[in-house]
Amino acid sequence: MCRIGAIKSLNYVHPSTALHLMNSQQKGHDNSGFAMVMQDLGGIFADYKDKPTLSLACTDEGLQITEEILGVLGFRQVFQWAPETNWKPGMDIKKMPNYVFRTFDYPDYCRDMSQRDKEELLTNTRLRIRAALEKDETGFVYSFWPDVITLKEIGDPRDIGTFFGLWEPDESFTARTITAQCRQNTNYAIVRYAAHPFFLQGYVTLTNGENTFYQKNKEFQSTLHPGYLGFESDSQCFLYTMHYMHRRLGWPLQYYKHIITPLPFEEVVKREDKEELLAIRQSLAHLEINGPNTIIGTLPDFTMWVVCDAKKLRPIVVGRTEDTVVFSSEVCGINEILPGRDWESDIYPNEREIVVVDNNLEVQRWKQ
Amino acid sequence: METVKINDLACNDLPWKVIYDTKRCTLCGSCVSACSFGAIKPKVERRRKSFSDTETPEPKISFSATPVITQVNILKHFCRGCGVCERVCPNSAIRSERNPDSRFNVVYQATTASGPKRGGRNNLEVQARTLDTLRVGRISQMTDPSLDAERHTFDCLAPLGRVLPAQNLPFTLGPDGKLTKTGQTPPLNWIYPIIIGDMSIGALSWRMWEAVSMAVAYLNEECGLPVRQCSGEGGMPVRLLKSKYLKYVILQIASGHFGWNRIIKAMPHMVEDPAGVLIKIGQGAKPGDGGLLMAAKVASHIQSIRGVPKSDLLSPPNHQGLYSIEESVQKMFLSFNAAFKFRVPVAIKVAASATSVSVFNNLVRDPYNIVGGFFLDGIDGGTGAAHDISLDHTGHPVVSKLRDCYQAACAQGRQGQIPLWAAGGLGKTGNLAADAFKMFCLGANGVFTGKLMLQLAGCLGNEHSRCNACNTGLCPAGITTQEPLLVKRLNPDKVAENIVNYFLGVDKELRKLMAPIGNSSLPVGRSDCLISTDKAVADRLQVQYVC
Repeated sequence: MCRIGAIKSLNYVHPSTALHLMNSQQKGHDNSGFAMVMQDLGGIFADYKDKPTLSLACTDEGLQITEEILGVLGFRQVFQWAPETNWKPGMDIKKMPNYVFRTFDYPDYCRDMSQRDKEELLTNTRLRIRAALEKDETGFVYSFWPDVITLKEIGDPRDIGTFFGLWEPDESFTARTITAQCRQNTNYAIVRYAAHPFFLQGYVTLTNGENTFYQKNKEFQSTLHPGYLGFESDSQCFLYTMHYMHRRLGWPLQYYKHIITPLPFEEVVKREDKEELLAIRQSLAHLEINGPNTIIGTLPDFTMWVVCDAKKLRPIVVGRTEDTVVFSSEVCGINEILPGRDWESDIYPNEREIVVVDNNLEVQRWKQ
Repeated sequence: METVKINDLACNDLPWKVIYDTKRCTLCGSCVSACSFGAIKPKVERRRKSFSDTETPEPKISFSATPVITQVNILKHFCRGCGVCERVCPNSAIRSERNPDSRFNVVYQATTASGPKRGGRNNLEVQARTLDTLRVGRISQMTDPSLDAERHTFDCLAPLGRVLPAQNLPFTLGPDGKLTKTGQTPPLNWIYPIIIGDMSIGALSWRMWEAVSMAVAYLNEECGLPVRQCSGEGGMPVRLLKSKYLKYVILQIASGHFGWNRIIKAMPHMVEDPAGVLIKIGQGAKPGDGGLLMAAKVASHIQSIRGVPKSDLLSPPNHQGLYSIEESVQKMFLSFNAAFKFRVPVAIKVAASATSVSVFNNLVRDPYNIVGGFFLDGIDGGTGAAHDISLDHTGHPVVSKLRDCYQAACAQGRQGQIPLWAAGGLGKTGNLAADAFKMFCLGANGVFTGKLMLQLAGCLGNEHSRCNACNTGLCPAGITTQEPLLVKRLNPDKVAENIVNYFLGVDKELRKLMAPIGNSSLPVGRSDCLISTDKAVADRLQVQYVC
């Protein structure tokens, strides 16, 4: 089983907190990888919130290919950060030659572009880089988006943390929203793209579980958007469904639950909004999910949410203090990083609710 | 001595031979009176017996007249092998036996200048069924738990009606963050994923039709299973049209439009909408042929419902006045949608064919969004009457074609927009749940079944040419006849009970298949949970090959 965790704070948080959150649950995962997405960045990236940052792991050749693509498109680099890596013999990490975190200014021709068009340009650029790097496996591009950094690596998360120097907290590399997971894909081939969290246009999801409607989700999604690709993990479907519903259809977050785990017919017919709910179920029958899972996600505005499958087959706990909310598969993770919290107010989300945390850390429980 | 008259019809030319044992027969006459085909008759044979009644052999000859039962060698009365004689004989003195050396097909056509007609089903299939090479092989364990078939809740419903793509739903987002439907969407009903298929009130005896209707009403009202039945082409009793039970019936219109005069006249008096309208374009058992009801079955109540004289009722192979699919969509679908004020889903039934995907593509791309279901009927479906040659030599299996249609929809991102319903030999081996489940996994939203209902009623026919006399009006089980004496052999209450019980069993078995794959709703399109032991089948259907 996976273990997943997420931190949302009023303060900027260093990734070491995420490592501690996940490390305490290590008996539950297999220490086969570490992946995290940081949003709402602080530290050295705080001044570049409106500019896209590229998160890339690649070979020298992959770097050259990427630079060429970005150069041709007119992106101008304004900032870069390369983590100081610290490799020692015996470390369990399948490291890449380069880890690239670079922030760019938009090309000149974007000046009059709508925000939406700029966002499409960023996505198309990322997809173009991805396709170019895929040919000889010269690299992996995880995100190219403002205020977002993605790091994924294969190996023991403790060694990965040491390798990237993430165990020592500092002020320079921080974020208010961090989602993390400590396991490589186990159902399918181990590839970096298959590690949660997944990112697309500001949307993030990570999952503890399995999606047995993977195939029908995938068949349906693969025609909906050029960014719905890869499908290296069945959990990517959860991200694409959220993106499709929230960004493409413009439906509010609360309808996500109605799409992925619709209410039984016998309950729907008693509802006032039964017409809408039935229409949603009919039209998006191929986005329904099955199987055990807990899904944590964030929206482009950094709202953080969590839902469970319709039978609540996987665990999740939400714990909080005045300035921080933590989602964790196991309560021991929260105990580790929020030891002084009032644990009686922890929330154990049920199979029919969405727990949502906004940027003021107001926690809401929405019943489906 | 008899002269050999080689061109006369002999019993050993016929497909079935009647085997009779004089010694066991008590001449009770049950077999003769029970044989609805008149295939046996009593006659007197002259028997020669030599005997000796003295102490030393002094052979004598005596002749006697012995009454016996004998097979009739008249083409019109050939034995169908139904076995009713054997059923009624108290002494096991008579039975029919398949004649492997039958010359029937040759003799029949040479005599009548026409090929034989019959009802029932395709009798040529001898190879293993495709569905039987498939298994549900993706079992949830460890990574995802199986569900509990007894205690978990399962949603076993299927859509009938046109489904709009999500971006076309007429939703308005309110200030409260709620979506509200502010426009019209095509009518859609969620129903049980197994429809009792279109068998008309002319094809079936009134008792059989009544039994199906009773079973459907009971399943809905007492068992909570929203099973629908399709009327078949031939209308319905007006009393039923005006009753609340109409909501359980999908009205069919085929090229003969039989029964629709009554239906239209009853419309102002309807208290419920029908469950749907099904436009029959083709039938899997005899693709390219229209419906056929032989004069022998056009009893007075059929004449009354259909408004016809007692004669062979042939529906044309095509709907008259329709010359293209675009026109059919505009004219026919729109008419029927309008007739019920866009409250009733209108679907189409076509025979599986090499061209089915083209038809499906045309419908799924129609800009009016008014085609509410694509019913695909395969070669193994049944029929009340057809030319033997159509039954055995025309048609297309449903499994790969259903898969093709589903994959065509997927390729266009239109899966689910026109629900796919499949039929044609499903439940042939007696397990409809398994067949239905596998069809769901291959992309069907639901299935429909007809012949199996007749088997449940006691039909004596089978795929090996037994009986198959549904066209004659002489059905020995009282199922497909309008002959009062024969109809009375059928106990409609018992038949309804059998159907209800069967459906209750199917419902349990569907859960028993959904549970191990960890699904609480129908696994439509989940071909990943199927495996095949046949490489060719696996490749064709794109499921995992296993060995």
